[in-house]
Amino acid sequence: MATTANVSVFTPVAAMHLGGASRKLLRFTTAGSVDDGKSTLIGRLLYDSQGIYEDQLASVRASRINRSPGAIDFSLLTDGLRAEREQGITIDVAYRYFSTPRRKFIIADTPGHEQYTRNMATGASTADVAVILIDATKGLLPQSRRHAYIASLLGIRHIVAAINKMDLVGYSQSVFENIAQHFNEYAETFEFETIYPLPVSAVGGDNVVRRSQRTAWFDGPALLTYLEELPLEEDDASDGAVRFPVQYVVRPDARFRGFAGELASGTLHPGDAVIALPSGRKTRIKSIITYDGELDEARPGEAITVTLEDELDTSRGDLLTGEEKPPSVSRTFSASLVWMHEKPLEPGAYYLLKHTTRTVRARVKRLLSRVDIHTFAEFPAETLHMNDIAKVEIEATLPLFFDPYRRIRTLGSLILIDPVSNATVAAGMIDGTLEKSIHQPLSSAAITPAERQQIFGHRAAAVWITGPAGIAESVERSLLEQGWRAHLLGSEFSEGEWRGAARALRDAGMVAIFSGAGEKNHRRDHASQLFSDNFFAFDEQEESVTDAAARIVSTLRKWREG
Amino acid sequence: MLDKIQFDHLKMLEAESIFIFREAAAEFARPVMLYSIGKDSSVMLRLAQKAFYPGKIPFPLLHIDTSYKFPEMIEFRDWYVKQIGAELIVHTNRKALADGANPYTLGTKACCGFLKTRALLDGLAEGGFDAAFGGARRDEEKSRAKERVYSFRDSLGQWDPKNQRPELWKLYNSRHHAGESIRIFPLSNWSELDIWLYIHKENIPIVPLYYAKEREAVVRGGSILLPQSGVRLLPGEKTQRIQCRMRSLGCVPCTGAIRSEADTLPRIIEELISFRRSERENRVIDHDEEGSMELKKREGYF
Repeated sequence: MATTANVSVFTPVAAMHLGGASRKLLRFTTAGSVDDGKSTLIGRLLYDSQGIYEDQLASVRASRINRSPGAIDFSLLTDGLRAEREQGITIDVAYRYFSTPRRKFIIADTPGHEQYTRNMATGASTADVAVILIDATKGLLPQSRRHAYIASLLGIRHIVAAINKMDLVGYSQSVFENIAQHFNEYAETFEFETIYPLPVSAVGGDNVVRRSQRTAWFDGPALLTYLEELPLEEDDASDGAVRFPVQYVVRPDARFRGFAGELASGTLHPGDAVIALPSGRKTRIKSIITYDGELDEARPGEAITVTLEDELDTSRGDLLTGEEKPPSVSRTFSASLVWMHEKPLEPGAYYLLKHTTRTVRARVKRLLSRVDIHTFAEFPAETLHMNDIAKVEIEATLPLFFDPYRRIRTLGSLILIDPVSNATVAAGMIDGTLEKSIHQPLSSAAITPAERQQIFGHRAAAVWITGPAGIAESVERSLLEQGWRAHLLGSEFSEGEWRGAARALRDAGMVAIFSGAGEKNHRRDHASQLFSDNFFAFDEQEESVTDAAARIVSTLRKWREG
Repeated sequence: MLDKIQFDHLKMLEAESIFIFREAAAEFARPVMLYSIGKDSSVMLRLAQKAFYPGKIPFPLLHIDTSYKFPEMIEFRDWYVKQIGAELIVHTNRKALADGANPYTLGTKACCGFLKTRALLDGLAEGGFDAAFGGARRDEEKSRAKERVYSFRDSLGQWDPKNQRPELWKLYNSRHHAGESIRIFPLSNWSELDIWLYIHKENIPIVPLYYAKEREAVVRGGSILLPQSGVRLLPGEKTQRIQCRMRSLGCVPCTGAIRSEADTLPRIIEELISFRRSERENRVIDHDEEGSMELKKREGYF
């Protein structure tokens, strides 16, 4: 079947338009309030860089709505959903795309109205640059400061202050310089790498795609040129530390076992020594596999599959790291949290915490302070409401392997999920381990089974394993390494002792493992009664102890997740 | 020369899509890939192959066949799926067809409702799928600009634009209750041009209808239709030979061709660069009423 036709090459004109091999992706976010002309600016960028098609333009021209003074209301090109077209506000993060021969751009267009802090945080989480819209007729308002603050909180290093509506202030140099100076003074407190204020008129197209003659006194590049030329450094804050979160285990057959994922930082080569967390076992990279062939080197951001020299019981959620510059390993840490849900935080209650490819149960153990987004003062707080930002101390039921967010974004970011509604309720940026642990007065009340379950992260269960020697031992080791409370009960006890031990394990909330090969049937029946619904029997015929154990552990994980 | 160029931004898009495939395959009990036979589906398939290499794609493909598709599409589908060793499920709303569903008597809106939206929801429910990969891109249509990569659907398959989960970094939330499902869009950040550059770079097979050729066609209200199965000639209409190609693939009666000389991938790409019209323009359904795509999505359409 003739399905590919690759015979000819591009014309020189097309080649020029498509650009070259160094054409990279730049993601930026835009923030501004309803009246700052943000939608118009983006519409203008898309239109002037030919990111808008004629038929889309025709539908805007034909629209019943035109809120702009010109023939085309550029803001309609970007205001997508019915509700917001009717209300004239942008209520959610919208993603826009355009490209030039030099770069492909992804815009996360976020509403700047103060109640939508969560949207700006969302847009900023993946952005390299933040473009903050400032209305020249109004000067620097508190909201621009909030935008700069959130951009900084989310680790953005480059900030552009687009001082818009210059046409309405007669393209006045002094108006621009006054606002720019105030913005600079303010933004300097946030340690951005670059701060670029520039005068624009989105309606008139001044300094958006091309430099404008009407601001001849300004000698910086137009917005688009600036975004095209901004150096996109590799994430050098990581200092070369190797971080490879295992995302997926590729096992086409019994002979091949590969660990797939995206290299978060550092570089990997065949032969490199790595440590697998949480087990802490050392091994070496055997090969780096991709569909397009094996690699001699993998770089950050690349999707790869690695094989290891030794057969380790590694699975999703584990982290491969270099011997140098290890990550922090801890169940408790401090973080900045942006609350994103209408239902407020329940301090002390358990949430699901997703960090890299690992999901654990965790709670906000202490609310250190809430940040007032208007004054940036820090206050004590009892809870967190939608759009609140706070410094907190988080305690997870299992250790996380992390780096501070400012150092490696992927290793320092997390979300909290409500275990009942499944809603994403918060986003967090890890600051680091706690410098000194904070001791709280001990309660004298006895631990209840429910509390025990919350602390352990699972209920009591019995796992009865029949099969080749070593599987039960492997399961026990694997569970313990992953933070479970588990114990393999031997068969050498007398009947009374054995029964007492089994009951004690159950009451202690443990996962009791029994190696059933040499065990008596009545013991199995007894365990089954004792643990009732949480009794699991496995009859393993498979040759590979590692595979059998991995399957059992995976079944138990699903049981724990409900 | 240029066909040797690697395009860094394509590598970045590729890595992101692979990440999404792996993440979903790891966290969902029973995912499926919506396979529509078009160019975006072809790219999705290649990305899925890459994500799980040297393993096979660990989920089946689901094609919602309205029975009005171009014969070349079905031929390509069966050949290609066999070629890469994927598992294919085909689902058709037989009852609606037996009741005579077609775009002429029902109108395009109701016809899509039965043969696409209803068939899709039934196909997903029948397979017990809790996640479905779709090839939608955010740049395709305005209502998609705010679509998440993980798009949450209630137990009726409906999308509520005000009740979508915030999506930060690459921390996708796959949690859902029984009966609810999540649509996953690994190509969210790709543009039409990216798709074509990638097909070119990777030598990905596509349906021959995408290449320009002289075809028997009828011009109706500004659209060029290919009078094949399902297309009825109106009184006074005559066919003629037109050098044309399809820019996107859909049902025969509702998908128009464009006049084009582009018979190779580089020529298609060059045509696209000079083009100022969006690819969905030749779809009849999007113009039913202003914001029609958003309404369809709320009801469960992809």
